[in-house]
Amino acid sequence: MNKYNISRIRNNKLVYWLFISAASVLGLIIVALLVFISQQGLQTFRDVSPIEFFFSSNWNPDANKFGALIFIIGSLAVTVFSILVGGPLGVLGAVFLAKLAPHWMRNILQPAINLYMAIPSVVYGFIGLTVIVPAVRNIFGVASGFGIFTASFILAIMILPTVISIAADALMAVPKVLEEGSIALGATYWQTIWHIVLPTALPGIITGIVLGMARAIGETMAVQMVIGNTPQLAKSLFSPTSTLPSEIVVEMGNTPFGSAWGNSLFLMALVLLIISILMIVIVRKISAYKAVKI
Amino acid sequence: MKNLFKKTGLMAMALVLGAGMLAGCGGTQDKKAANSVAKVEGKVTASGSTALLPLLKVGQEEFYKLHDKVTVNLSGGGSFTGQKQVASGSVDIGNSDVALASDLAGKGLVQHNLVGIPFVFIVNKDVNVDSLTDKQYVDILTGKINNWQEVGGKDQKITIIHRAKSSGSRATIAAVVLKGKEFTNDAIIQDSNGAVRSAIATTPGAIGYVDAAYADKSIKVLKFNGVAYSIQAVSEGKYPVYTTGRMFTKGEAKGAVKAFIDYVTSDAFQNKNVESKGFIPLTKLPKK
Repeated sequence: MNKYNISRIRNNKLVYWLFISAASVLGLIIVALLVFISQQGLQTFRDVSPIEFFFSSNWNPDANKFGALIFIIGSLAVTVFSILVGGPLGVLGAVFLAKLAPHWMRNILQPAINLYMAIPSVVYGFIGLTVIVPAVRNIFGVASGFGIFTASFILAIMILPTVISIAADALMAVPKVLEEGSIALGATYWQTIWHIVLPTALPGIITGIVLGMARAIGETMAVQMVIGNTPQLAKSLFSPTSTLPSEIVVEMGNTPFGSAWGNSLFLMALVLLIISILMIVIVRKISAYKAVKI
Repeated sequence: MKNLFKKTGLMAMALVLGAGMLAGCGGTQDKKAANSVAKVEGKVTASGSTALLPLLKVGQEEFYKLHDKVTVNLSGGGSFTGQKQVASGSVDIGNSDVALASDLAGKGLVQHNLVGIPFVFIVNKDVNVDSLTDKQYVDILTGKINNWQEVGGKDQKITIIHRAKSSGSRATIAAVVLKGKEFTNDAIIQDSNGAVRSAIATTPGAIGYVDAAYADKSIKVLKFNGVAYSIQAVSEGKYPVYTTGRMFTKGEAKGAVKAFIDYVTSDAFQNKNVESKGFIPLTKLPKK
């Protein structure tokens, strides 16, 4: 063995340990984060019963009332409404991008969608506050324009790039032979898309939609600016209410760390984290499933 | 993309944790310094009310000119955080615009009044009401009255835009105007004076309150019981919507902490800087 070889082996070892340590630091941070948030959050239950936290809509920290139901419902409502609008729109966009768009157009659209994803959420929020809120107020004749409708509308736009890019990838991965076979048997192009392409790409499309939902439920800034942030159950789509992340961001600045109030905010963060983790688990289950085996 | 978001989030979290630890270490050292030296040198740490921060920053700069051996660290966090931190000993001074929380009453905290912080009620410019009585304010803020028609305006829904429950401004209005009654939850919450002002400026029929320093031409300032806000009106006891900005210390202030508090409450400092920052000097507050 010459000198050169030995140093190469040493370098190999070095890089090997570098990668391992990088990976473990990442893992450690995630575990530390989970432990910290759970530890702070679960302390809430020393002062507040789980039943009150999850099922009471009375949020009044001054009077020691910590019912977070309003925020949980608010978060779920904006997520569901935004996916109802953004989901179908995104899938249709993905079909166009993957199957119908001519080459030159695809070359423009794909970078455009990536760019779309890079827009900071505060920009969406700011446009929401200055353009959408007054527009909603004028069009629907409501008092303020803040509320679930406006928040869902902005979220629907924000989740589009996530849904489109993941669904389009799935659609593009559908084997050409399936399409060709279908068309050779006399199916129209529309029939081919509806009966062959979409079902084959379904796991990927659902993955895109679930990740879109994960983005919607965790979105803080854009929602906080247009939802109204008030702890009341929404009576309509146009009455101000609050969501988990928006309530955390509005109250955390002035809430003493370690008090029941501060802990309950951590518990809300924990609830959000658990919902997001559940969504990731769902995505992993779905992507393991293949509709068509070739 | 998703992963990238997560990673940056985690890194930010790690940074925050790190900073927190550093701050924690700093705290214990400060206390030692403040206790061991009697002459004016050492460190002063203060946290709490963000409303008082601009004034204290000026105080800090001017104070340095007189005492170059003292370091003053100022941070925000909110009135309740300031109170809690001074009670637990992690800072020397807790700044607050609200009275001491009831659960901290037995902790031996000493109050030093600093300035008067005045608040004004503001409305969107399309509201054609100029003044409301204290009872009308209570009825509006508790949700009893929700149309401007009922207080002499046009037929228009009242939209309340104000601060979150953790805000010191909100606590002041609750104490001074509502006197224990509850705000209605049918309101829009913004998280700073500036955000409240701009939301009111763009929402027809909106009402809210801000620190008087934030009142500008984008909104209309309402009178309280027919009295417009001015320092003179407060001095004469005609305008009651203000609170006292105060500094809490654990036990009597000593050393550098005492020197700093003495300086910012001195007439020389108060007459020069307080009014220009939108506050009321201690000497002009009505005697209670």
